[in-house]
Amino acid sequence: MEILELINALPGAVAQGLIWGIMAVGVYITYRVLDIADLTVDGSITTGGAVCVMLMLAGFPAWAAMLCAVGAGLLAGLVTGLLHTAMGIPALLAGILTQLSLYSINLRIMQKSNQSISVDKYDLLVSLRYISQAIVVCAVLVLVLIAVLYWFFGTSLGCAIRATGANPNMSRAQGINVNATKIIGLMISNGLVALAGALLSQYNGFADVKMGIGSIVIGLAAVIIGDVIFSRIFRNFALKLLAVVFGAIIYYIVLQIVFWFGLNPDYLKLLTAVIVAVFLAIPYWKSKYFTKPVKRGE
Amino acid sequence: MLELNNIYKTFHAGTVNEKRAINGVSLKLEDGDFVTVIGGNGAGKSTILNLIAGVFPVDEGNIRLNDIDLTHLPEHKRAKYLGRVFQDPMMGTAATMGIEENLALAYRRGQSRGLGSGISSKERQLYQEKLAALGLGLEDRMTSKVGLLSGGQRQALTLLMATLKKPDLLLLDEHTAALDPKTADKVLQLTDELVSRDKLTTLMVTHNMKNAIQYGNRLIMMDAGRIVVDISGEEKKKLTVRDLLEKFHIESDRMLLSE
Repeated sequence: MEILELINALPGAVAQGLIWGIMAVGVYITYRVLDIADLTVDGSITTGGAVCVMLMLAGFPAWAAMLCAVGAGLLAGLVTGLLHTAMGIPALLAGILTQLSLYSINLRIMQKSNQSISVDKYDLLVSLRYISQAIVVCAVLVLVLIAVLYWFFGTSLGCAIRATGANPNMSRAQGINVNATKIIGLMISNGLVALAGALLSQYNGFADVKMGIGSIVIGLAAVIIGDVIFSRIFRNFALKLLAVVFGAIIYYIVLQIVFWFGLNPDYLKLLTAVIVAVFLAIPYWKSKYFTKPVKRGE
Repeated sequence: MLELNNIYKTFHAGTVNEKRAINGVSLKLEDGDFVTVIGGNGAGKSTILNLIAGVFPVDEGNIRLNDIDLTHLPEHKRAKYLGRVFQDPMMGTAATMGIEENLALAYRRGQSRGLGSGISSKERQLYQEKLAALGLGLEDRMTSKVGLLSGGQRQALTLLMATLKKPDLLLLDEHTAALDPKTADKVLQLTDELVSRDKLTTLMVTHNMKNAIQYGNRLIMMDAGRIVVDISGEEKKKLTVRDLLEKFHIESDRMLLSE
């Protein structure tokens, strides 16, 4: 009977993993492509959820509400980008400042700390009431997003953004305005995160001002798990993004299994932080203690 | 034509670390000039190159290139006119991107970067030919990450990137200093080939007096932020290391390095 309980919980984990996978793809763009740890996301995921729920409560259709949520995410990224580039604030701190201000803004958007939206009264795109539908919708969305991002990062502008993260000195020498590329990267990232927030609030049936706490760590966990497991086989950029989504799904399945073994759910955030810390440490330990000298060809 | 007019630059002004790096430099380069720049550590050689490239602004004076005033342009806008190779082989290329992707970035220097394709198949053919001309076998590794290349290969690639779109001015900042002697010679020969083939106006900073004499049609020596020697034409052709040492009271090549 107990194993059935776990199996029954797995589709929900997959659906949540797909939604968080979109968020993690956003984190991948800042953390891996731009080489910036952007903490804005803890705020912008909630902003996405808040904007989506409030607009739907006001009668907007789901797609329009989600588009507006993405727009709000782009704006959040713009603010962090300007704090970082135009005002010279270190990226980490710029993200924290935006995240903190978004807490107030999210409260103002929602009028109170929690707004629920019932799947019975509103035409939600995804809901935990209909998990298989949610999985299909999110999977299609993930594939479309990855296809668009794959195309975008192959364009001249996309290549310039990647170059900015890889080597800002070289980028400037090749005439790339690295401030502009950083801002665009941050905007795209937070747009995706806000979209994930919009999906998450529909899926859960509510937006909460605290729903974003620690989401950067979940995003990082997905990026890192995807990297560790798939980096040897997935080398193409689109596949790397897919690996991030798989990372998010694996993360939620592992959590389900751990809780099924009887761990108190209070430990959720602690467990997430430990997973991220360990996976971040692995490459460092590897390079420090297990490297063999490698001959490089002339 | 490059014109530097009365350039001054001081770092850390108003602190105990105040350092006047450039102390009134005026310099005029004709089109096609290949100028080598020598001088001890702290003489201001690299600073001059960085001022031209816009890494930091000048305190006084102005910089003109072919009648365009570069003095107040930001670094990425000046890049349109400049090709640059740095001392550190890591600095001129994006390690996590492919060889062809790096070339494609350089191919778009000075152009606006929009949603057009980041690299076309026609370009690939061009890059393959250019890489083959280097004779390093890189043409068969177009998609390899640049991080896998050796320092010499990376400098050769950076040089190719700097000259892929003909620059109005090529800035070489001790670009062979981090290489072993044999590789350094190869990269210098390649530099000479590219510069003479495209008749590039070039400023090459070097620590090596022999190289400074061997290459280029004009030699400049800097000391304490000033140009103290400027030799060109026939005199430059006949110049030997011994001449330079005797004439300018330099005790040895080593002194240049340790000063």
